Amino acid sequence: MSDAAAAVQHHGPPQGFLRKYVFSLDHKVIGKQYYGLALVAVFTGMFLSWLMRFHLVWPNAAIPGLQWLSRVGAPGGVMTPEYYLSLLTMHGTLMVFFVLTNAPFAAFGNYFLPIQIGAEDMAFPRFNMMSFWTTFAAFLALMTAFFIPDGPPISGWTAYAPLSAVGPDAGPGLGWGQNCWAISIALFCVASLLGSLNFIATTLDLRAKGMTLMRMPICTWAWFITSCIALLAFAVLLPACLLLILDRIAGTSFFIPAGLVVSDRLQPHAGGSPLLWQHLFWFFGHPEVYIAILPAMGIVSHILINSMRKPLLSHKVVIGSMLSIGFLSYMVWGHHMFLSGMNPFSALVFSFPTLIITIPATVLTLIWLGSLYGSNLQITTASLFSLGFISMFVSGGVSGFFLAQPSIDIYLHATYFVVGHFHLVMGVAAIFGIFAGTYFWFPKMTGRMMNETLGKIHFWFTFVGAYCIFMPFHYLGLAGNVRRYSSFVDDFMAPLMPVHKFITIAALFTGAVQLVFLFNLIYSRFKGAPAPDNPWNATSLEWTIPSPPPWDNFGGKHPVVYHDPYQYGVEGASADFIMQTSPEKLPEKS
Amino acid sequence: MATTVHEPPKIDPAPLQPSLGGNGGGGVNLPLARDGELRELMERPPEPVRTGIWVGLAAITMMFAAFTSALIVRQGSAVDWEHLALPRILYLNTAILLLSSLTLESARRKVASFVRGQGATRGQAMQVLASTLGLGLVFVAGQYVAWLQLRSKGLYIATNPNSSFFYVLTAVHAIHVLGGLGGLLLVTRRFARTVPTLRKSTLDAAAYYWHFMGILWVYLMFVLWLKL
Repeated sequence: MSDAAAAVQHHGPPQGFLRKYVFSLDHKVIGKQYYGLALVAVFTGMFLSWLMRFHLVWPNAAIPGLQWLSRVGAPGGVMTPEYYLSLLTMHGTLMVFFVLTNAPFAAFGNYFLPIQIGAEDMAFPRFNMMSFWTTFAAFLALMTAFFIPDGPPISGWTAYAPLSAVGPDAGPGLGWGQNCWAISIALFCVASLLGSLNFIATTLDLRAKGMTLMRMPICTWAWFITSCIALLAFAVLLPACLLLILDRIAGTSFFIPAGLVVSDRLQPHAGGSPLLWQHLFWFFGHPEVYIAILPAMGIVSHILINSMRKPLLSHKVVIGSMLSIGFLSYMVWGHHMFLSGMNPFSALVFSFPTLIITIPATVLTLIWLGSLYGSNLQITTASLFSLGFISMFVSGGVSGFFLAQPSIDIYLHATYFVVGHFHLVMGVAAIFGIFAGTYFWFPKMTGRMMNETLGKIHFWFTFVGAYCIFMPFHYLGLAGNVRRYSSFVDDFMAPLMPVHKFITIAALFTGAVQLVFLFNLIYSRFKGAPAPDNPWNATSLEWTIPSPPPWDNFGGKHPVVYHDPYQYGVEGASADFIMQTSPEKLPEKS
Repeated sequence: MATTVHEPPKIDPAPLQPSLGGNGGGGVNLPLARDGELRELMERPPEPVRTGIWVGLAAITMMFAAFTSALIVRQGSAVDWEHLALPRILYLNTAILLLSSLTLESARRKVASFVRGQGATRGQAMQVLASTLGLGLVFVAGQYVAWLQLRSKGLYIATNPNSSFFYVLTAVHAIHVLGGLGGLLLVTRRFARTVPTLRKSTLDAAAYYWHFMGILWVYLMFVLWLKL
């Protein structure tokens, strides 16, 4: 082996159990670890949403065993209003950070970005390992909050100050529970920074010969843009968390105003700005939405192209749109704060870019739909979930037009309308992207095919179920149903209870359907049909290597790339697709 | 093996410009070659640390930008802001940190000169590297003295918003400086081996980071000194 080749390999083949499966430097193992962590987090988060939905419609019914989760929060199995908020916080934090950031970005990105650009590993494998294990530590820190007597914090996943900053006086979970949250998120920031640094350096420096930037598949682009966003967004959340921790344990007053009386006690703080927390948080928080959705956009484009057997209408416009979404995502954070007491003029300033950002999103949607029009789409579970993604993204996105306008947002902001909006556009859409990616790449990751019949059952029930859950939320919101309340005892909301019951039943049902997915995942892992190297007749580099790939991906060879990523249906070619590494010359256009 | 073979140290004499093309050589029109023949095409092993360091510095910049905006908002809206006179030892610390950047540059030249066999000995290069490390440690110790001086005046982290920001900014900077010292230690160790395993890219990255710490410190001094 030449010197150059030796230097490219950052580490030898893994030796021993710990190096192979636990403290692995292999990006593929780390990707799977992220996926596994996201799986644990998503089922925990979903279980919490079940508990909340159950409590919303049967507030006085005991949930057997809930008293074991918290004796204070759920005496006799009936949760207190405060404990509802604790679960709300944990549901949001788990889903946004440990699922929507981890699965589409960290898990699939880790596994497939290096392979798709023809690299043998990430640029900094040790950072990569540290990144996962720091995320794992963050997860443990967060889950510790469940084991503190008064439970997890009640301040929501956004941890608005001063509620999150003043300490136990303000309510249950705001003592050590909130500390666990803040420490967890600070660790998560560090991990994400390391991860993004790795993604960026890998994409820029480790591309194979001939792999120009424009020859990278769309999902590689999406992960690259996402890592640029994440690098700058988490670099802002980290200092915010540090200041929050100091307010809580060192007695500083960054976010706590003067003269604040909580629980009849004058807080020993002065002069802080609660709005400052919101600015810092949402400066991270809005880009975070795109950290969740951009990888899903990339994955879905990648899959749809393969299923349509033709490229999208324009590769360049898709990438340009994703870049402009990434850029604009930094200018819209104030639209989360229209009701915060900000100067009304700044609301106008934030409203404008918020409406602008819908343009690249609409361009993407039109490109997907325009490419699908008249195409001979192969219906697989992966392509179904991709279509589902577009459906969810559009349905959730349309309500964004309304919320972007301050005058309408004033009415809708604190209602279920917003809950419906962000769950569809960011939550369910990104989850559909994760599902699509899972069904598509499972053969590569495990060497076995997933069961398509179970997959399609999973898709249809999830698709219908998700709409049954989240569409009525919009109606509830328009009817004035406030969010974040643990039960609706007011007269004007009582007539809405049947809608809530419908949603709860839909949520329990749709959640249960996910067990089909879990079964399919585990069953196919061990008993699925063996997967060929390229089961989908796809063109990108991950399909040129065995399933599952060897530890160094390309078996010591250095792939060379000759083609754009999506050479499907090329007239005059030897097959209906040309792989990126195929030296076959493109037939000259007449 | 490493003890018996005396190879020249693995340091690139010609610095590679960090470029977006990366090692991939994107855009190059390649001759059609079979996979087996491709190893010769890799002119250099990729050195992602060249890109990585700039990405890392971007993240650190963003972090301190967030701290700065917090400081401006907090100072602008506060009635309880008591501007604090910076301890005078900070000016000495500043000089020491900037001096360490000079010694590091001298070290880079000496290392390069040693590698190319242009006169400098390994001992000379080690000396300046060690003095950079020493000055870095003196800087951190000096910062600690500044904290002690503030404490003796009764200024703790929670005393007033200005002292809060002072401790936060100096401490976060000091942690980053300690990280830089770790990097320099790594560089020194790799250089000190019988067959040095130091790459030029590693030395460059450590140096850029270190200079950035100096610039960042001057900026922080300005921010802490400035009264809006």
